Amino acid sequence: MIGVGKAKQYANVLDRPIGKGKQEVSLSAFAFLFSELVQYNQLQVDNIAELERRLEDAGYAVGARVLELLCHREKGNRRETRLLGILSFIHSTVWKVLFGKVADSLEKGTEHEDEYMISEKELLVNRFISIPKDMGAFNCGAFVAGIVRGVLDNAGFPAVVTAHFVPVDGQHRPRTTILIKFAEEVLQREARLD
Amino acid sequence: MAPAAPKSGDVLFASVDRVNAELFTLTYGAIVRQLITDLEDVEEVNKQLDQMGYNIGVRLVDEFLAKSSVSRCVDFRETADVIAKVGFKMFLGVTASVTNWDAEGTTCSLILEDNPLVDFVELPDTCQGLHYCNILSGVVRGALEMVSMKTEVTWLRDMLRGDDVFELQVKLLKQVPEEYPYKDDE
Repeated sequence: MIGVGKAKQYANVLDRPIGKGKQEVSLSAFAFLFSELVQYNQLQVDNIAELERRLEDAGYAVGARVLELLCHREKGNRRETRLLGILSFIHSTVWKVLFGKVADSLEKGTEHEDEYMISEKELLVNRFISIPKDMGAFNCGAFVAGIVRGVLDNAGFPAVVTAHFVPVDGQHRPRTTILIKFAEEVLQREARLD
Repeated sequence: MAPAAPKSGDVLFASVDRVNAELFTLTYGAIVRQLITDLEDVEEVNKQLDQMGYNIGVRLVDEFLAKSSVSRCVDFRETADVIAKVGFKMFLGVTASVTNWDAEGTTCSLILEDNPLVDFVELPDTCQGLHYCNILSGVVRGALEMVSMKTEVTWLRDMLRGDDVFELQVKLLKQVPEEYPYKDDE
């Protein structure tokens, strides 16, 4: 059992004003918190895939809430129903609110019809992270991939979302690409709507 | 060279890199939810949050001292004031007030009216024993321990439990004398 029930005394959270979302905290505060999230989850798992899955789960919870919040605040209670609409909503609106800028690029995969990529030269969550050699391809961007999946899934676009490092010529640090692979039903619906 | 004058919380907050508070709030919420799922017991969640906060406090104090130019505090009263006016502002963008001093000047309360951790949060009935913001008390305890002060930090009031403000009681247990001479090279 979790805790003991007690009479509610507080005002309903839905009665409170939603806020303009302009408040800020220091980047270090976020970085410290994120680092604790990673360290805690590292202790709970015994392989990289599992660690990425747990970070993705945490991100998913954030994404689901971000979608709801932004649809209320930025879009007059409407949400996107078309594939390109929701992708550009993530690339511009969501990115701007969460990371203070639009994402560096949004591209369609060249080999597969159902794949799209959002790339970021310096992803916020990877800024203070260095990956030890023995952790191979581990990418903290899994958290952001989770956010993207949370937004997509809750808007009715189920997808598999993963984060990858892509080396850039002449750059010391690789960029991070968030790869989105939509479920078949999404593409079928999209084809019907065209 | 004369030491730089201590900077005010507002000046510091304006000078550091910042992120949207909602990203911070929602990420913290995701952490708390993960802990509740993993540990299944609010007391354990409280403990884990406190431990995470402690880890953060231990590291955060370095950045605080480096950027704020705050020098050694003459007494615990000054320490509490610095935490409330400079520390909270620099990291969370909010200011706390300090009240309820005891006669010895070793126990006081930090009062928070704004708390970026709790936006969008409502405690469900099953989590009434949860100190949602327990990470903050851990941060204060960890940071103070790094400047030789052993403290006990407890929540007296919590807006998520229906109180009008957040009240964090900080009790100075003892000042740990610094080891001297320092051995930096070990």
